Amino acid sequence: MGESDEVKLLGAWPSPLAIRARIAFNIKNVNYDFIQEDVEAKSELLLKLNPVHKRIPVLVHGDKPICESLIIVEYIDDVWSSGPSILPSDPYDRAIARFWATYIDEKWFSYFKGINATLQEKPKKAAVDQTVEGLLVLEEAFVKCSDGKPFFGGDQIGYLDLAMGGYLAWLTVTENMNGIKLLDQAKTPQLLKWAERFRQHPAVIGVMPETERLTEYANYILPKMRGDNPPK
Amino acid sequence: MAEEIILLDFWASMFGMRVRIALAEKGIKYEYKEQDLVNKGSLLLQMNPVHKKIPVLIHNGKPICESLVIVEYLDEVWKGEAPLLPSDPCQRAHARFWADFMGKEVYDVGKKVYMSKGEEQEATKKEFFDTLKLLEGELGDELYFGGDTFGFVDISLITFYSWFYTYETYGKFSIEAECPKLIAWAKRCLLNKNSVSKSLPDGKQVYELVSELARKLERK
Repeated sequence: MGESDEVKLLGAWPSPLAIRARIAFNIKNVNYDFIQEDVEAKSELLLKLNPVHKRIPVLVHGDKPICESLIIVEYIDDVWSSGPSILPSDPYDRAIARFWATYIDEKWFSYFKGINATLQEKPKKAAVDQTVEGLLVLEEAFVKCSDGKPFFGGDQIGYLDLAMGGYLAWLTVTENMNGIKLLDQAKTPQLLKWAERFRQHPAVIGVMPETERLTEYANYILPKMRGDNPPK
Repeated sequence: MAEEIILLDFWASMFGMRVRIALAEKGIKYEYKEQDLVNKGSLLLQMNPVHKKIPVLIHNGKPICESLVIVEYLDEVWKGEAPLLPSDPCQRAHARFWADFMGKEVYDVGKKVYMSKGEEQEATKKEFFDTLKLLEGELGDELYFGGDTFGFVDISLITFYSWFYTYETYGKFSIEAECPKLIAWAKRCLLNKNSVSKSLPDGKQVYELVSELARKLERK
């Protein structure tokens, strides 16, 4: 598949994982057709293109589907190689970036999603504590990876910025909904500043959902996902 | 500069075995350091402070963690020898997808097979075979998951073969009876690839280890 073949992305505007792919496309200046999926009613197309996991995002390049957001980002970087690089060029730096992206998705996210998965105080507090601990680890990772530069990727946003950045809008909404601070001036000052820079990056504006819109969506979807009792 | 490569590993880990196979494929000389996973050594804790897990590859003093991240790293640095990932971006994405699947779906359901009992185990067995049959479908009529050549996806799955005896004994089933194509593929890998036969421990030894751990847990 070449750079000029038709490109579609199956996703949903609130999805952190779809956000990663969309920012990657913006970095490379690639035009694509964004097909919104209804997360409550998976389309035939989605089930056909991702029969194994049945989830978004799915990139369709020509007629070939590519699944899993971080794999999609690497694919975009590989194919549109004439644009700015998303992954670092040095193999060791690439390994470090992939390590942290795996940490974010497999460890950190499992804590973070725990916050909104329950209304009960004790498990919610446990999830908040674990999420904050994870952010302390990521604060250290940011300091090492950025090496004094504005982003995980250095001067420009890269793979690890996308990996973490996809979750920023949900981080803000979660903080507001629960009256908590996750990114914190005292504990994670560098990440806090990074988050601000990331949000204002031209490749991110327009992709990152607005807090108000996402809050409204969260208030709709989270009770359903939790299976809350309907209000009397 | 002489390359110094150390692998922190545990003999029965299917994740550690992946790295051993990749190192052997590339003909890379390294020092193997067996780790005590109960009383973790200071080198492991220093080199993987986040997860404190093996495998960890230490290349000229710099640590790389997570088995598939390590394998990709080896493939990128030792580019000339035995390429493990395809060069085509679409095939590469495909390979990463399936390699990822092995470590999550296959690992999780395999573990449930020997850790569950009764009705839960019966349900898990069905899930286990559904997963393996999905993989047989993906393999199709090819020699390897990589097509004609042994590659990244093969490495990510073949290491589970040393755990098959454990799954079969605890689950009281025969994988070969249900998934003959997959077993044929596994035997092909063992026969044709020295890197595999050198890196996989005997399945019965793995079973002994699991049984011993189960006995210890029961005594607690």
